[in-house]
Amino acid sequence: MKEYLDRTIDIGPYVPEADDDLIICRCEEITKGEIRRAIHEGMFTMTEVKRYLRTGMGLCQGQTCGRLVKQIMEKELSKGISTDGENTARAPMRPIPMNVYGKEAE
Amino acid sequence: MIKHYDLIVVGAGPAGLSAAIQAANCGMKVIVFDENQRPGGQLFKQIHKFFGSKEHKAKIRGIRIGEELLTEAEKAGVEVSLNSIVLGLFQIKGISVMRDDQIEHFRGENIIIATGAAENVIPFEGWTTPGVIGAGAAQTMMNLHGVMPGKRVLMVGSGNVGLVVSFQLLQAGCQVAAVIDAAPRIGGYGVHAAKVARTGVPFYLSHTVLKAEGSDRVSGVVIAEVDEHFQPIPGTEKHFDVDTICMAVGLSPMSQLARMAGCKMVNNGGAVPETNEYGETSIPGVFAAGDVAGIEEASSAMITGRIAALGAARRSEFIEEPDFERQYQACVDSLNQLRQGMFCKANKGKMLTETDEGYPLSMSLLHHGYMTEEELAAVPTVDSHDTGIHPVIECTQNIPCNPCQEACKFGCISVGENITKLPGVVAGSKCTGCGMCVANCPGQAIFLVDETYEEGYASITLPYEFLPKPEVGDLGGALNRQGIRICQAEVVSVKSNKTFDHTMLLTIKVPKEFAGAARFYKPETEAK
Repeated sequence: MKEYLDRTIDIGPYVPEADDDLIICRCEEITKGEIRRAIHEGMFTMTEVKRYLRTGMGLCQGQTCGRLVKQIMEKELSKGISTDGENTARAPMRPIPMNVYGKEAE
Repeated sequence: MIKHYDLIVVGAGPAGLSAAIQAANCGMKVIVFDENQRPGGQLFKQIHKFFGSKEHKAKIRGIRIGEELLTEAEKAGVEVSLNSIVLGLFQIKGISVMRDDQIEHFRGENIIIATGAAENVIPFEGWTTPGVIGAGAAQTMMNLHGVMPGKRVLMVGSGNVGLVVSFQLLQAGCQVAAVIDAAPRIGGYGVHAAKVARTGVPFYLSHTVLKAEGSDRVSGVVIAEVDEHFQPIPGTEKHFDVDTICMAVGLSPMSQLARMAGCKMVNNGGAVPETNEYGETSIPGVFAAGDVAGIEEASSAMITGRIAALGAARRSEFIEEPDFERQYQACVDSLNQLRQGMFCKANKGKMLTETDEGYPLSMSLLHHGYMTEEELAAVPTVDSHDTGIHPVIECTQNIPCNPCQEACKFGCISVGENITKLPGVVAGSKCTGCGMCVANCPGQAIFLVDETYEEGYASITLPYEFLPKPEVGDLGGALNRQGIRICQAEVVSVKSNKTFDHTMLLTIKVPKEFAGAARFYKPETEAK
């Protein structure tokens, strides 16, 4: 069972930072500021940020940015909210053309 | 159609191949999948000699270890399937693979996940500019494809990867502007740092990258010193003209398959599957070996691969209990040897001040990459102070390594049973000047010094791995440990043979007073 996530905790307002325009997810070109804003808009887990912004949904499937997004979330949510760890791992683990995905070998 | 195997290994790197060989030798039907065109994982990028002892394949270059493993795998009857992308691993030990543009399904009685690790990055202004690359990419370019990653490189990270790749960049003909690290001390082996420092590369510890300059490609970099909270200190900025910024800032296990299958995960420098002493995860029959189970060296990955294979063989009754116990124990003993010493996990974050032998550790080595002569003098194992030709062993940190002991056929060098002990020159032994120790030391830390070479001159024999090959009679600069030119050097001998394995033994003649300081040779005459 996942722990209950208290969404009533006030994490304070979004405060712009000098490096907010730094790209974090290269594949989908998502910046640090976008991620930080998403957190203040209520995205408290890796999965939520991912579905909201598409971080980790590009070619490398979060291999590069996963750690960085997590660090940003941990810093932003330091007031008692724990993120739910890693991006969910699911098949297909690598990008794959749809025509191949549907083609079963004999 | 689902194909069945006794064991499916994902990843044909050091851990995966070792596992597959061990399992096949136990009689298991084994297949190894790897998404790359070539097997071997990172091994074929490792052109340096490995550490450890003979059983860990020490003093052999990674690339050759890769070749050996492939030969062994073939001999053992392992099926290695390349260009095979594993798309999913499921709780029922089913695996789906993309191969030849179609999807195939496999079931394994046992699965070994040996998918290795991926490089970390640190984001800074301009980090997505072309020219900012990972250390692994630099190695791929240089060592697999013969392409220089850049002309002038800043290395970010002073762990073994950063140090080893810096040296390889120098070998490839690139300039290394500096090695920087946010940590206050050099993270990798002192001997690796020393061989980079003595070529003249400066180290900046407690420094981070502020920004990469250049719009369509890197044209420079600005670094700055950081305080104890790793925040840049204004006014400490330094600029370098570089066209490449190479990042060697750690690795993260590629553990997605384990997570996907539902293995219980723990955090051990990144999310890794929880494993028992045989590498088995929370799902019976699913094992993890190598970096995916916790970042270590390739040498340990080969052993954890064998252990997982033994576990799988026992589970499916391919090995008798006494055989299992014997082989498992041998693996554990071998692994424990590698997990000792100054850089082992138990010492992580500790500020050690002396060696196991009680000698003071060089702080200069930890901060600048080279030892001062005063510090060297305080470690009695370094120099036997013999007259005539004799080895000077500048190996002053306890690391698991002992090829020098085996290299000397005349018994001059002793490490002892415990391979993390510092090597020392055996009292009363006589050095013949053969140079085997110089060529075999993976840390390039042994020099032969003869203060009585000629009236007023000393000779220094050093390991040399740069091209063009110097010729006898060449004149150049003798550099000290810091890479500063201290005097002129004349090349008096250049030896290379098969047992040295591409390490040349370069003997230079320098004025006698520089015998204790000259440790590198830089050509100054035009190559003939």
